[in-house]
Amino acid sequence: MGRFGPVLPELILSIGATALMMVAAFAGRRGSTLVGWLAVALLIGATFALIGAPSHAGPVFEGIVTADLFGAFGKAIIFPAAAVAIIAAHGWFERGTEHASEYSVLILFSAVGMSVMVSATSLISLYVGLELTSLASYVLAAYRRTDERSAEAGLKYFVLGALASGILLYGISLLYGFTGTTAFAGVAAAFGRGAPSLGLLFGLVFLLAGLAFKISAVPFHMWTPDVYEGAPTPVTAFFASAPKVAAVLLSTRVCLEALGPATDAWRQIVIVAALASIFLGAVAAYGQTNIKRLLAYSSINNVGFALIGLAAGGPRGGSAVLFYMAIYVVMTLGAFLCVLWMRDAEGRPIETIESLSGLSQTRPAFAFALFIFMFSLAGIPPMFGFWPKLVVFQAAIASGYVALAVAGILGTVIGAYYYLRIVKVMYLDEPAEPYARTREPVQGALVLLAAIVVSPLGYLLIGPLGALTDRAAGSIF
Amino acid sequence: MNGLPLLSLLIAIPLIAGGLCLFLKAERARWTALIATLIDLALSLYLWAQYDPDGAQWQFVEKLPIGGGVSWALGIDGIAMLLIALTAFLMPICIGASWRSIERRVPEYMAAFLLMEALIMGSFAAQDLFLFYIFFEGGLIPMYLIIGVWGGAERIKASYKFFLYTLLGSVLMLIAMIYMVGAAHTTSIPALMAYDFPVEAQRWLWLAFFASFAVKMPMWPVHTWLPDAHVQAPTAGSVILAGVLLKLGGYGFIRFSLPMFPEGSYIFIPLVFALSGVAVVYTSLVALVQRDMKKLIAYSSVAHMAFVTFGLFAMNRQGIEGAMLVMLGHGFVSGALFLCVGVVYDRLHTREIDRYGGLSDNMPGYALLFMLFTMASVGLPGTSNFVGEFLSLIGTYHASTWAAVVATTGIILGAAYMLWLYWRICFGTQRNADAAAMTDLSAREWWLLAPIAVAVLWMGVYPETFMRPMRNDVGRLLTRLERVAPAGDSRLTLGKGAMHMDHGATH
Repeated sequence: MGRFGPVLPELILSIGATALMMVAAFAGRRGSTLVGWLAVALLIGATFALIGAPSHAGPVFEGIVTADLFGAFGKAIIFPAAAVAIIAAHGWFERGTEHASEYSVLILFSAVGMSVMVSATSLISLYVGLELTSLASYVLAAYRRTDERSAEAGLKYFVLGALASGILLYGISLLYGFTGTTAFAGVAAAFGRGAPSLGLLFGLVFLLAGLAFKISAVPFHMWTPDVYEGAPTPVTAFFASAPKVAAVLLSTRVCLEALGPATDAWRQIVIVAALASIFLGAVAAYGQTNIKRLLAYSSINNVGFALIGLAAGGPRGGSAVLFYMAIYVVMTLGAFLCVLWMRDAEGRPIETIESLSGLSQTRPAFAFALFIFMFSLAGIPPMFGFWPKLVVFQAAIASGYVALAVAGILGTVIGAYYYLRIVKVMYLDEPAEPYARTREPVQGALVLLAAIVVSPLGYLLIGPLGALTDRAAGSIF
Repeated sequence: MNGLPLLSLLIAIPLIAGGLCLFLKAERARWTALIATLIDLALSLYLWAQYDPDGAQWQFVEKLPIGGGVSWALGIDGIAMLLIALTAFLMPICIGASWRSIERRVPEYMAAFLLMEALIMGSFAAQDLFLFYIFFEGGLIPMYLIIGVWGGAERIKASYKFFLYTLLGSVLMLIAMIYMVGAAHTTSIPALMAYDFPVEAQRWLWLAFFASFAVKMPMWPVHTWLPDAHVQAPTAGSVILAGVLLKLGGYGFIRFSLPMFPEGSYIFIPLVFALSGVAVVYTSLVALVQRDMKKLIAYSSVAHMAFVTFGLFAMNRQGIEGAMLVMLGHGFVSGALFLCVGVVYDRLHTREIDRYGGLSDNMPGYALLFMLFTMASVGLPGTSNFVGEFLSLIGTYHASTWAAVVATTGIILGAAYMLWLYWRICFGTQRNADAAAMTDLSAREWWLLAPIAVAVLWMGVYPETFMRPMRNDVGRLLTRLERVAPAGDSRLTLGKGAMHMDHGATH
C-alpha cells in the first residue's frame, strides 16, 4: 500500500471506472443514473483521498510522476469539475435514446488521464496522460452520434487533436534526442548547460505548440468554437473546465520545471500566445449569436489571462495561474450549467443568445445567476472574477512586464463588451418566449454555490486560496 | 469613538435593504428603499455630529484583513465625510423622485439604487487601495442597469457608452495601483498618501489616475459620455450621476493624485488648466445652443466641474476649499435642476425647451424654486455655488492670472445659458396649451425640492458649517503640496496701506 499511497486517487478512479464499465455493460440503459451517481461518488472519494501526507510524497515510480501539492491542487479542481460534468448530464440525455452509462465512465477515464497530466514529471507520462484524456474527449464530443453537429465536432476534434499530438510527440522526440532523457529534471539540466542548441529550441517550440492546442491558445484555437458548439452541452461544460485546467497546469509545470532554465526562450512565445488569445478571444466573440460559441471564445480569452501569469514566471506567476484557473473553473461551470437550462417548451435545448431576451422578468433567479457569472468572467468588480485577473497582473508587474499588463487589461475592456451584451439581452430587452422549467435540484444547488463563490462573498477566499496556491506553486521549484 | 462599526453599517444597510427589495412587491420595495436611505441619512448626520474636526486625520477607522495583503479598511477624514453626507442627503430624494415616475420593475430599480448607494459610500470610506477600486468600479454595474433598463429611447447606446468609457478610463488606474502596491509594499491609502514615489514614476502614475478621474469628472475632451447618459437616464439616475458620481472624480484627485504624486501633479498643471479652460468656454457655449433641457444641464455640469479642477490644481487653500465647495454645491444644485426638469417631464413627457413657456403663471411654486436653483447655478451671492466658485477663482488667480481670466468667463457664460433657459421656460407667453394646463408642484415634489433649497441657502449664507470639517484636512494636503505649489504670477502682497503723512498730504 505504501508504494501505491501517492497514487491512491488514480487507483480509485481507474479501478472504479473499470468496474462501472462492467456495470454499464450488463445493466444497460437502465443503470445509467446509478452509474452516474456512483461515478460522482468515486470522484468525490478521489478528491478526499488527496488529503493527507501521501499526496506530498515526492517523485514516485522512478520519477515518472510526482506527488506534490501542485498536482494535488490541480486534481482538487479537476475531480469536482468532472463530477459536475456528470451531474450536468443528468436529465440531458434521457429524452433521446443515446444516454448510456458510458458517458460517466468516459469522464472517469478522462479524469485519470488529467490526473496523470498534472503530476507528470516525464515527457512519456505527460504524453500518456494527455492521450488518455484526449481519446475519451474525442468520443465524448461525438457522443450524440445521431446529431450531425456532434459527429462533426467529434471528427474535427479528433483530426486536429491527432495533428497536435503529432506535433507534441515530434517535440518530445527532439528533446529526447538532444538531451538523452525524458525526465523533466534531465531536460532542465540540459537547458541549464549554457545556450540551448537549435535542436533543443525546436523541441521546445513543438512541445509548446502541441500544448497550446490543448489549452486552445491562439493561434491553435481554431477547433474550439466548432467543437464547443457541436458537442452536447454537458460535454462542452466538461471541455471548458477540467481538461483545460489540466492542460494549463501541465503547461505551467513543463515551462517552469522542465524548461525553467530556458525561460527566456519560451517566455516570448507565451507572451505572444497570451495577448493573441486575449484579443482574438475578445474580438471574435462580438458577432456570435450562439451562446456556446460565445463561451468558447470566452474560454480562449480567459486562457490568455492565465498565460500572462505563466509569462510572469517564478513561484508568483505559477501561483497566479493556479488561482486564475481555480476561479475560472467555477465561473465557467456556473455559466454552462445555466446554458443547460435553456430549453424550449418541449425540452429541446436552445443555444441562441436572443432566446435569453428579457430573462430577468421571466426567470429572475436564473438571470441573476448568469448576470453574476457574466460580470465575473468580464472581471468587473465587485464580482470575484476581478480578483484572479488582478493576481495575474500583479505577477506580471512584479516581474517587470508592465506593458504586458497594460495590453492585457485593455483586452478586458474589449472583452467586457460581449459579456455586457448578454446582460443587456437578459435585463434590457423585452421578454421572449420563456424557457421550460427544469427540475434539477442538484444542478440548482451547484449554480447557487458557484454564484456565491464568484459573488463579492468570494473575496473571503483570497486569504486561504492565495496561501494554498502560493504553497502549491512553491512545490515545483 | 464607540464600538459600532458605523461606516460598515452605512454600507451594509442599503446593501441588505437592496437585497430585500428584490423579494418584495412594488409598493413595499419603495417604502423599504425610502426607509433604508433615511436611516443612512440619519447615520451620516450622526457621523457628522460625532466627527471631531480638530481630532485625528482619520476617524471611525475600521480594519479587518481579508488576506492577500488586502483589508476591509474604512475610515474618513473631513473631505470624505462631507461627500458621504452629500450622498446620504441626495439618496432619499432620488427614491422620492422615482416614487411615481418609475412604474416598471420597481423592486429591481430600488435594489439597483440601494446597491449604488452602498458602493458610493464604500468608495468614499475605503482606506485600502484595492477596496477603493472595487467600490469605485462596482458602481458601474448598477448605473448601467439604471440607464439601460429605465432610461429613454436611446438608453442602450447610452448605457454601453457610459460603461465602456468609464471602464476604459479606470483599468489604467488599476495597473498604476498594482505598481504602487508593488513599490510601496502597502495597500493602505493613508500610508500611500505619505509615500514619495520617484518623480519619473509619478509622471506615469499621475497620468494613469488622471485617465480614470478625468473620465469620471468629466473633463473635456472625454466628457462625451455624460450628455448621453444624462439625457437617457431616468430623473433620479441623472440626479445621482451629477450629484454624486461625478464627485468621485474630484474626490479621486484630492485623495490620490495630489497627495500621492505631488511632483506629477505639478508637472501636469498646465495640462489640467488648459483642459479646464477649454471646458469652461467650450461646453458653456455648447450648453447655450441646446434644445434639450437635460442636455443643457449636463453640459453645464462639465463647465462647473472645470472650476473644481482649476481650484484643485491651484494647490492653495482657497483653491482646494473652493473646489470642495463647488463639488458640494454642484451636488445640490445640479441634482435640484434635474429634479426640476423631471417635474415638468413627468407632466408633459418632453424635455424640449420650446414646448414650454410662461410656466410662472400656472406653476408659481415651481417657478420660485426653479429660479432659486437657476440663480445658485449662476453663482449668485447668497447661494451655495457663489462661495465655492469665488474661492476657487481666487485660488486660480493666485496660481495663474490667465487661467483665472479664462475661468471667470465661465461665470458670465453660465449666467447666459441658465438665465436664458429659465426665461424660455418660466417667462414669456404661454405658447402651448398643454404646458399652460400643467398643475403646480405636488406635496411630494415640494418635499423633494425644499430640503435642497434650504441646503443651498444655508451653504450660501453660512459656508462655515461645510468648511469647518475639512479645514484641517486641506491643511494637511497643503503641507504635502508645499514643495511643489506653483508660485503664481499675480505677485500678491499684503498692502502696507501707506500712512497719509508719509506722502505729505495735508488736510
